Amino acid sequence: MDWLPFTAEDWAAIRLTLELSAGATLILLVLGTPLAWWLAQTRSRFKPVVAALVAMPLVLPPTVLGFYLLMLMGPHGWVGQATQALGLGRLPFSFGGMLVASVLFSMPFVVQPLHNAFEGLDKRMLEAAATLRASTLDAFFSVVLPLSRRGFLTASILGFSHTVGEFGVVLMVGGNIPGHTRVVSMQIYNHVESMQYSHAHWLAGLMVAFAFIVLLSMHLMNQKLDVEKAVKT
Amino acid sequence: MMMKLFKQTLLAAAIACSTASAWADDLKIAAAADLKFALEEIKTAYVAANPADKVDITFGSSGKLSTQVEQGAPFDLFFSADIKYPKQLAAAKQAASEVKPYAVGRIVLWSNTHDASKLTLENLTEDKFKHIAIADPSHAPYGKRAEEALTASKLWDTVKPKLVYGENISQTAQFVESGNADIGIIALSLALNPELSKQGSYYLIEDKLHEPLEQAFIVTAHGKDNAAAQRFADYMQAPEARQMMVKYGFVLPGEGADTAGKPATDKPATTSAQ
Repeated sequence: MDWLPFTAEDWAAIRLTLELSAGATLILLVLGTPLAWWLAQTRSRFKPVVAALVAMPLVLPPTVLGFYLLMLMGPHGWVGQATQALGLGRLPFSFGGMLVASVLFSMPFVVQPLHNAFEGLDKRMLEAAATLRASTLDAFFSVVLPLSRRGFLTASILGFSHTVGEFGVVLMVGGNIPGHTRVVSMQIYNHVESMQYSHAHWLAGLMVAFAFIVLLSMHLMNQKLDVEKAVKT
Repeated sequence: MMMKLFKQTLLAAAIACSTASAWADDLKIAAAADLKFALEEIKTAYVAANPADKVDITFGSSGKLSTQVEQGAPFDLFFSADIKYPKQLAAAKQAASEVKPYAVGRIVLWSNTHDASKLTLENLTEDKFKHIAIADPSHAPYGKRAEEALTASKLWDTVKPKLVYGENISQTAQFVESGNADIGIIALSLALNPELSKQGSYYLIEDKLHEPLEQAFIVTAHGKDNAAAQRFADYMQAPEARQMMVKYGFVLPGEGADTAGKPATDKPATTSAQ
């Protein structure tokens, strides 16, 4: 793809961004599904507390998250001491550290669509599955998952694209190392700072196109699901 | 009737606002991150002497601030850590004064987990230094000088895999202070600030290893008619202001030329806490 005016560092940043976003989205789907399920089902009085904690990254400035993550994951923080004791080394300035930061940062974008999808489920479907003696797990995989596919689709797309667009937290936790922790958003920032505006334009333009295509395809798919639903009923 | 009264009130309010802003000399300064402590002190002294002036300072990397000034950001003065940026702005007719050099900066090796006063750049190749923080050389002048010093010492290629890059010099210091980087190359002016000097130590990097960190400021085109901008610019020449710059390790222009050969600059500094 030499015809595109991207430098080797730009490509490295693009690859890293995709890896980071895919990794964070996968982790969030695995962790977020049971969490969202619990939120949708529970009558626990801790539900508002957990729901508030999940939504926190929507409100907190990235610098707050980045600052506390650096403190916690550093040599004096308990996370840092734990990872060192486990032989994992320290997380800041590594892919692992950025992954942890991204999972926290993008958490609401995955958990909230899932939570909504699970809450919107027709309870009678689950009751029917129970009367047919389906186990909870079976009912989840054969009833809940197919019925909530729109929620999963939205959660994956938002989780992925929000991680792609992340800047402040990963800049603080990642240390901006070219080819190693420098993602596209930082690369654009660096191009702008060093006044290489044409490089900045190409990468920034790519991001604009990406954001539009992602959101457009999400709406188109939702429309298609609506039509399918209308045909079935 | 009500409408007329309403309009009159609005007009009166508008006049009140515009005259209020004409009387108070609000001064907005954009300054390189290495000036964080020195310029804050100078500002305090300046405001004490000129109580009518309200001074706001925004700190950041010189490259970013220069871009903002170029784009017409409402800063009256721009203090850069690299004379190149004010020169570019002056060439682009964005300056309302000549480019005024105010200091020469120095870089140091700083750490709060190792005794940096007993180290030299060569020690950076040791395994105990896993992460070494410098400011991003692509746009931060202190990072550029750090790169030059490492290159001149033939250490760049060995040390490069261990480098982490701060967005500006104060974030670089923060990487080290939090213990996430074992050591870093930062501005002497930051190593000498009370917060860092009580917990760490530094080694002054020889200034012949890098291009001089010639720093300069301008009154911006935006600050052209702001009397306070001129007052502050003049105040930078006052003995109090110069003294504060020296206190934070800056070499003053005019006195800077002969420091290169001075033995004091080549000798490892003792821990700055002393």
